[in-house]
Amino acid sequence: MAIWLDHHSKVIVQGMTGSEGRKHTQRMIASGTRIVGGVTPGKGGQSVLFEEDPVPVFNSVAEAKQATGANVSVIFVPARFTRGAVFEAVDAGLDLAVCITEGVPVKDSAAFYTHVVESGHTRLIGPNCPGLISPGKSNVGIIPASIARPGRIGLVSKSGTLTYQMMFELGDIGFSTAVGIGGDPVIGTTHIDALAAFEDDPETDAIIMIGEIGGDAEERAAAFVADHVTKPVVGYIAGFTAPEGKTMGHAGAIVSGTKGTALGKKAALEEAGVQVGRTPSEAANLIREIMSSLH
Amino acid sequence: MDLFEYQARDLFEAHGVPVLRGIVATTPQEAADAAAELATPVVVVKAQVKTGGRGKAGGVKLARSPQEAREAAEKILGLDINGHIVRAVMVTEGADIAEEYYFSLLLDRAQRNYLAMCSKEGGMDIETLAVERPDALARISVSPITGLDAAKADEIVAAAGFEEADRAELARVLVLLGDVYRENDATLVEVNPLVKTGSGQIIALDGKVTLDSNAAFRHPEWEGLADESRDDPLEIRAREKGLNYVKLDGSVGIIGNGAGLVMSTLDVVANAGKEFPGSPTPANFLDIGGGASAQVMADGLDIILSDAQVEVVFVNVFGGITACSEVAKGIIDALGMLGDRAQADRRPAGRQRRRDRSSDARRSGAPLGAHGNHHGRRGAQRRPTGQPGSLR
Repeated sequence: MAIWLDHHSKVIVQGMTGSEGRKHTQRMIASGTRIVGGVTPGKGGQSVLFEEDPVPVFNSVAEAKQATGANVSVIFVPARFTRGAVFEAVDAGLDLAVCITEGVPVKDSAAFYTHVVESGHTRLIGPNCPGLISPGKSNVGIIPASIARPGRIGLVSKSGTLTYQMMFELGDIGFSTAVGIGGDPVIGTTHIDALAAFEDDPETDAIIMIGEIGGDAEERAAAFVADHVTKPVVGYIAGFTAPEGKTMGHAGAIVSGTKGTALGKKAALEEAGVQVGRTPSEAANLIREIMSSLH
Repeated sequence: MDLFEYQARDLFEAHGVPVLRGIVATTPQEAADAAAELATPVVVVKAQVKTGGRGKAGGVKLARSPQEAREAAEKILGLDINGHIVRAVMVTEGADIAEEYYFSLLLDRAQRNYLAMCSKEGGMDIETLAVERPDALARISVSPITGLDAAKADEIVAAAGFEEADRAELARVLVLLGDVYRENDATLVEVNPLVKTGSGQIIALDGKVTLDSNAAFRHPEWEGLADESRDDPLEIRAREKGLNYVKLDGSVGIIGNGAGLVMSTLDVVANAGKEFPGSPTPANFLDIGGGASAQVMADGLDIILSDAQVEVVFVNVFGGITACSEVAKGIIDALGMLGDRAQADRRPAGRQRRRDRSSDARRSGAPLGAHGNHHGRRGAQRRPTGQPGSLR
């Protein structure tokens, strides 16, 4: 089963004709993803060759969906066009929109997240994230497919390269799905969303969640684990030695009620019964022990 | 990016928010001239620093003549307020304050929308108010799509419990502050105090504004707003090169890709050998990002090796988008540029790592130590002053 993405997923690439879009489309196809089309306004009717195979380009997401039956979009458009691209994917009624673009103004991400919520039918992952992979089934985004095989660990992470690191360390055990949710102030899918989905996924036995300093997402995820997750969860938090950032005036602290430190997040997770590794390797070993005790 | 009060005042004024006349001065003479120009019976001389508590620290003074304004500026300029040295003051008109209120509009990360907060009890420390008398602080969420419109402003002033007679003018000002927020890609607009004068006028007497640096591409007018006076020279140089660098106090230079992996690397290095007093600690944070080229790696090494405290450099790159062969080429190029200024300790993993170990790095003849895939722990545990290991 995996979560949100499997071998049935039909994927279009918004921004496929750009250099990043083209490079990563090639890599997604090579890792088995069913790429059915690209979207670039003004380039509809053209096609792009990937290893001799033409992939059609459409002017809009709606057009691409109608022609191909696509249900997933991955977005590689530049930051200034990202707001429009996400609105389009949502308005076309796709199931999943994965936004890789970094540097998106938060006014835009707050607006398109609100649109996602109001539309009620699309899951948004990102922005500024590496995407998600259900190894052996489908890979949407920029996660290197070769580092892990299919398995029964679920992974959710704010950080791209720490996702890769953890997948690499546990590549032999393998993953049902690994989701990079991104570290921006406003993201479409949170740790909690992924924890809930992994809890419900019969193909996931244990969950590893990676967080980092800032905000209070990890603290809220810890409370969710305590109340709603029965599967074993291992955590890792980056940023114990990071210097405190600039203060954002007084208002920010009132809202979150936390300073967002790594120590505070680790304590909250441990309080909720989550084992927290001090290094990625230690977290990997914890999950390794859990997996071997389960089988 | 946080703005100074005078920059916030200018933004407010440009959007029609009622503010007092104010003139920036960087010398006592300029402050005296400003007071003469304002020509009101009383002026206020206010320290321009991006931190709170300036009133308590002696950073705000009344003056009744240009001579008094000069004396106030002499006392305030150069003050250290929470580690911020005062380099400018703003001289403003005095105000006939009848009541002090509080208003802010900000990004609510948890709810992923905006939050407006408003209180009839402004002027004081709002964090204290929020804790001690939460009922006195109205909190109303605001849609990022519709923004703070007239209907929402009415809702906010009603929730804050303002008298009927005051509501219309307050709501009008709140809508204008909402315009400031939206049109300037702000993540925070805070006015404390928002005052009512003896004649019933509503005025923003102070302003804190934070802008979203991701939106700089559509705000050419932000050029020159950044204040680099408190930044480390190496950080300024790194920013000019487009690098995400933060200077720390240790001796182990760190380069990695992805903020999470770099933070994790700092943690691992700081942890290694911490049971032995005096063990080396990280000298910096440097994220070279995804798809980093040889040039970016060379720029990064150049910055780090300019830090006199750095004795050794630890490169921790995971080859996801970044090909490790590019990283290796960058290290070699940088070492070529920099001569014998450094030895590098490097842990490549992922894409093309086999190739870069066997060819590029070896061919360079540079004194590199390459380590296995244990998240750099083996690299981190090596004594930084030791001889680099041979390539495995």
